[in-house]
Amino acid sequence: MGVTRIPTSLTQGSHTKGAIGESTLRPDGTLKVTGDFAYASDLWHEDMLWGCTLRSPHAYAEILSIDVSQALATAGVHAVMTHQDLPAGTHYGLEIRDQPVLADDVVRFHGEPVAIVAADHPETARRAAAKIVVEYRELPPITNEAAALAADAPVLHPHRTDSHAAHVPHPNILHRQPVTRGDVAAARARADVVVSGDYEVGMQDQAFLGPESGLAMPAEDGGVDLFIATQWLHSDLRQLAPVLGLPEDKVRMTLSGVGGAFGGREDLSMQAHACLLALRTGKPVKIVYNRFESFFGHVHRHPARLHYEHGASRDGMIQYMTCRIVLDGGAYASASPAVVGNAASLGAGPYAIDNVETEALALYTNNPPCGAMRGFGAVQACFAYESQMDKLAAELGMDPVEFRRLNAMTQGTRLPTGQAVDSPAPVAELLRRVKAMPMPPEQQWITADESGESIDVRALPGGLSNTTHGEGVVRGVGYAVGIKNVGFSEGFDDYSTARVRLQVIGGEPVAAVYTAMAEVGQGGVTVHAQIARTELGVTQVTIHPADTRIGSAGSTSASRQTYVTGGAVRHACELVRERVLELGRVRFGSYHPAWATAELLLESGKVVTDDGEVLADLVHVIGDESIDVEREWRHRPTEPLDPHTGQGFGHVQYMFAAHRAVVEVDTELGLVKVIELACAQDVGKALNPLSVLGQIQGGTTQGLGLAVMEEIVVAPDGKVRNPSFTDYLIPTILDTPSIPADVLELADQHAPYGLRGVGEAPTLSATPAVVSAIRAATGLALTRVPVRPEHLTGT
Amino acid sequence: MRVNMTVNGRPQEADDVWEGESLLYVLRERFGLPGSKNACEQGECGSCTVRLDGVPVCACLVAAGQAQSRDVVTVEGLADFAKQRSTPCGGHGPGPDAGDATGGGAGRADRADGLAPGISISDAQHWQAKPAESASPELAPVQQAFIDAGAVQCGFCTPGLLVAADELLERTSEPSDADIREALSGNLCRCTGYETILDAVRLAAARASEGA
Repeated sequence: MGVTRIPTSLTQGSHTKGAIGESTLRPDGTLKVTGDFAYASDLWHEDMLWGCTLRSPHAYAEILSIDVSQALATAGVHAVMTHQDLPAGTHYGLEIRDQPVLADDVVRFHGEPVAIVAADHPETARRAAAKIVVEYRELPPITNEAAALAADAPVLHPHRTDSHAAHVPHPNILHRQPVTRGDVAAARARADVVVSGDYEVGMQDQAFLGPESGLAMPAEDGGVDLFIATQWLHSDLRQLAPVLGLPEDKVRMTLSGVGGAFGGREDLSMQAHACLLALRTGKPVKIVYNRFESFFGHVHRHPARLHYEHGASRDGMIQYMTCRIVLDGGAYASASPAVVGNAASLGAGPYAIDNVETEALALYTNNPPCGAMRGFGAVQACFAYESQMDKLAAELGMDPVEFRRLNAMTQGTRLPTGQAVDSPAPVAELLRRVKAMPMPPEQQWITADESGESIDVRALPGGLSNTTHGEGVVRGVGYAVGIKNVGFSEGFDDYSTARVRLQVIGGEPVAAVYTAMAEVGQGGVTVHAQIARTELGVTQVTIHPADTRIGSAGSTSASRQTYVTGGAVRHACELVRERVLELGRVRFGSYHPAWATAELLLESGKVVTDDGEVLADLVHVIGDESIDVEREWRHRPTEPLDPHTGQGFGHVQYMFAAHRAVVEVDTELGLVKVIELACAQDVGKALNPLSVLGQIQGGTTQGLGLAVMEEIVVAPDGKVRNPSFTDYLIPTILDTPSIPADVLELADQHAPYGLRGVGEAPTLSATPAVVSAIRAATGLALTRVPVRPEHLTGT
Repeated sequence: MRVNMTVNGRPQEADDVWEGESLLYVLRERFGLPGSKNACEQGECGSCTVRLDGVPVCACLVAAGQAQSRDVVTVEGLADFAKQRSTPCGGHGPGPDAGDATGGGAGRADRADGLAPGISISDAQHWQAKPAESASPELAPVQQAFIDAGAVQCGFCTPGLLVAADELLERTSEPSDADIREALSGNLCRCTGYETILDAVRLAAARASEGA
């Protein structure tokens, strides 16, 4: 009996409607436009209680006493819990379990949870929480590097046992990663031009619109069912079960509708609190943060201070670079170690530089905890190195784009970690393309009609505030490019699990895809269906809701889900296809020699030869069988970076994007209007072009926000000053310009379909491009983002 | 207190409403209409935008009592609302005769269709992705345009944007980009960068003028 050959080329599925490469529409689109899509905050259950969190008003304080008696006595209150009431594990964390579920004897940041309440109405819960009397003794907070590393600085986590503790120079440094390559001293001696600079990046918030929320239901077996908005069900589960004192199989989690994430849902927020209250009261408990609480309820993007130095020869070749990147990790570890690894390994940017000395570190402070946000350590570095590129080009008298192109990395270039970039790295090409895009017309605010010229203030900085009719308005153009890794790095076992079932339902072959992937809006469910159609030649695909009854899909972050869970779905589909063909050979093999000799495809519900001859209908091949395959799938392994030299095969894949920003600045008032923010990005293979565009435009807009408006302002006392959408500004439709995108598809041979992660790259380069354009318009140095009006007017 | 109002053409009544409850809370938690979203509860994001006697408002900033005896249209009623508007006898705005086909008062804290408030766990567990590319007659044109243009990602801003965009298209049949931006400037979206939202409104306007 011969072995049926399985097609490995992309020809499989190319004749099936709704396959990869098409802009198929979201399967959840109808539910989302009718208001019927069940987000976590929409869930309801009879007899459910509402949970509420009491948070610390101080950045750093000892807790001397907590009196919950008045809160407990409030009518309608069913439970009040503090650290003393925790049944089992008391801490959690993504990598390092250093964060208390409820504060014990000390609070380390403004907004740290201290107590939780369950009541029959959310307002009753809030009022009861306000009646909890907590006696604090305030301590002087550590809010910057100098204070954190001072000789007499209090050690914020005195009994560290984490793997980084042994190699950090100070216990308030959470992790430090040096990367050294080549001979910087010798290169510095050769350099004709040296530029250095100090840069600062403010604390950005993910500002996903769907607030943290979930519903926990106590189960008869003593376990709990949690319906939750998260980025990674199994990571939550691993942290939750020990806190609840339950085995993992008694903590059953189901993904509810997720209203955006952008990194802000990697850590636990209300998960443990809701489950604890549900188990305590024996009733379902729902917790929904409001926006104020949401600003305290999740980690943010690390604010950073960066010192960079570059040296170049007169011909424009960069000879060396050094940098020191200090990230403020805040009170708890969260994802800081991995953010440090990214900043260190990608700190030189997408350039070929042989001599490098970089160092990135994250501090423990009493500022809000920081962790994952779109771009993850590469965003901060990109702002600094791209600012340096402009500065270097100016010093050399070169065009900033041509200077970047001259030094751009290509396939084969070694990163400072020694790792060769072994897939296309079209950095110079992306810059060329973005520069070649047509420019928006000048003075768009002047509109002409029969009655003559008039001014549309909506097209000017200040908009309908009517602050200028063009006086003092100067245009500037700026460019930037960046590099971001795809997937989890540094030796992490970054796998996913998929189950695919093929059977005949209602006379039609139907594939069902089941993973634990968190659909947070990115469109993974759309792409999974396309992959199943491609690999199985069917049109009907159902996507099973995500839960923890199947193995982990890993996180919906690091731009990895289409690669990794998409890869797992594809792999499971390939195995299903193999079984289909085996079944076909058994049932129909004697009818046609091609069953044994030809390369067979599944197309449009039929088994066909690679010449297109139809051998059988899938419906007849499958019959009453249900072909069901569940598999884990891994991308090629990475390895940890050497703790001293930073050398190692740390990343699995990279993505590149370049931006050109056109801005107009009212130089008198310091108001900026971004006129256009064009992007060119290589996506390897656009599985769903419409979704790719959505990622590019959405990521670009978040980069714009960091450039000119978004910052969580933390006062010197460690307190958050602007926890609202009134004071923390994200771009509106008026702030956001047209974002034309040029999408390049250069396949990465290591990845499924040659695809590349997409979501994060555009967030990197948008920020420095906008700032570069503002510099071009104003002539100011601008070393800090977000750029505020007072930075432009000097007032 | 007891609050009565007409929501999507159906009379609704809620008892034991605390005076501080917002219209948004009453819609979501008492009338079983969670389509209006709770993204900020500060009147800044527009995700809870509903029509109150025809005027777009942030339901989170309207006290439930302020909606007493008034007409509310939410995203759940947008398709019916658009259908009535497009029929020759239908007036503009949710007039008192934008009537309740089924008649009868809705029970306290019950959905008009007899379901409990919010989305039950069993419903949430058993949602099935609907096949794409099936233009549904149950959708308002602006809803279909949002799907077709790729204007929906996480979807949390979508209900408010739909209500606001529908109101724009009701009063402006051929809005310029500047008109669209102005009309939707009170609605935050964190996923899309707004380009596809502009596309969706342009698409809905173009389809309406083709059909006119």
